Amino acid sequence: MTQHTILNATHRALGAKMVDFGGWDMPLNYGSQIEEHHAVRRDAGMFDVSHMTVVDLHGARTRDFLRHLFANNVDKLKVSGKALYSCMLDERGGVIDDLIVYFVNEDFFRVVVNAATHDKDLAWIEKQAKAFDVKVTERADLSMIAVQGPNARAKLQSLLSPATREKAIKIGKFVACEGDGLFIARTGYTGEDGYEIIVPQNQAVELWNKLIGAGVAPAGLGARDTLRLEAGMNLYGQDMDETITPWEAGLAWTVVLDDGRDFIGRAALEKQKAGGVKRAMVGLVMDEKGVLRHGQRVVTAHGDGEILSGTFSPTLGKAIAFARVPTGPIDRAEVDIRGKLVPVRVVKYPFVRDGKACEGV
Amino acid sequence: MNEIPGDLKFMKSHEWARVEDNGTVTVGISDHAQGLLGDLVYVELPSVGDDVQAGNACAVVESVKAASDVYAPVTGKVISVNSALADKPETINEDAYGEGWIYVVKPSNLAEESEELLDPDAYAELIESEEH
Repeated sequence: MTQHTILNATHRALGAKMVDFGGWDMPLNYGSQIEEHHAVRRDAGMFDVSHMTVVDLHGARTRDFLRHLFANNVDKLKVSGKALYSCMLDERGGVIDDLIVYFVNEDFFRVVVNAATHDKDLAWIEKQAKAFDVKVTERADLSMIAVQGPNARAKLQSLLSPATREKAIKIGKFVACEGDGLFIARTGYTGEDGYEIIVPQNQAVELWNKLIGAGVAPAGLGARDTLRLEAGMNLYGQDMDETITPWEAGLAWTVVLDDGRDFIGRAALEKQKAGGVKRAMVGLVMDEKGVLRHGQRVVTAHGDGEILSGTFSPTLGKAIAFARVPTGPIDRAEVDIRGKLVPVRVVKYPFVRDGKACEGV
Repeated sequence: MNEIPGDLKFMKSHEWARVEDNGTVTVGISDHAQGLLGDLVYVELPSVGDDVQAGNACAVVESVKAASDVYAPVTGKVISVNSALADKPETINEDAYGEGWIYVVKPSNLAEESEELLDPDAYAELIESEEH
């Protein structure tokens, strides 16, 4: 059955082209995906991300539980509101999902996971939570709107009460605050500054319409995908899944092998690291015309790999991609596009940050 | 959607063909097709001098979303390509039946092959039925 967010009718009234995404009927674009992309890079755009799952974790041992559940270490979260990106792994070190966890207080952490992985994530979290006596509550009563772009923060702030506005202005990157019934986090999936706002379902349409009034452009999943890839951010299911470890997905920076912390998947990760990781995720830029796509073969000096996420980058005006290739130093490769081998450069990503091409891209 | 010009013939795969006064045939993709594809970012054109066969892929249009083959409505030799599309592929989004043409062919079997193509009414009916 296709699920609808509370904003579904609003999207349709705006003329959105709708698509199925992980069982949800979501806006792909409201006309031009590229214009929506540029709106986020240059001004402010917003996304309905209510299909994502908010899970609240309550209990005295929640921190202990999350030290066990996540490959990143929640001990980095010392101040209320602070957020952390992490992978949740199975015993083999495969990625069950990637997520953001917010520290509210010692008895309460909030986790936001992907829509397409909803069922297996909840089953896994609930199963693991039992030993820690942590209560797992899915917050289907909450919606989520991401407001992103260089002017996004100011535009949201203009809609807040003075007290909440003051808090929202103050918070640093990867920190959340609460006020006006909203949970306002300075996080995102675009490589731009902005907020992700968790809002009670019955206030979501009103907030969306007020944001339009403040000059924020609605943007669909199409623009969200090109923005996140330019920003060098992984997409679960495309760039990694249970068959892939964080080492192979460019996510080593999210894994903490600290002394004595026994997180799920750790033994497998240590074993793989000791034996040498055979595959690596790299960034590709194609200077020739054309578009890099998921599944295309990548030919390197160390053997063949394949493109995971590939797209046309509206900011750079050329194709970019993530590829998984055999480990080994390379700065060039070729991609098989309809039988023709086209040269690409292997680059460090992100490709774009704060509206501009990154160095070397 | 845009009005479909009456002098066009269509393939079921959404290419259009227009027989010009000099007997050549101009080829493009329909306004409906560009709408399905979304923002176009790349067009792989045939080369002038290529022999194209009706029903075979002879060009590629790529949007941010997907790559799509363009099939030749008629057999013949390519005598001209719209090289302006190399820098401005979005022209197809803006004017699929005009400035967004893709190539011109000198047909070799036009009388027979044009029988296979749909007139504007039949094409309009086809896309109507696809939408429901």
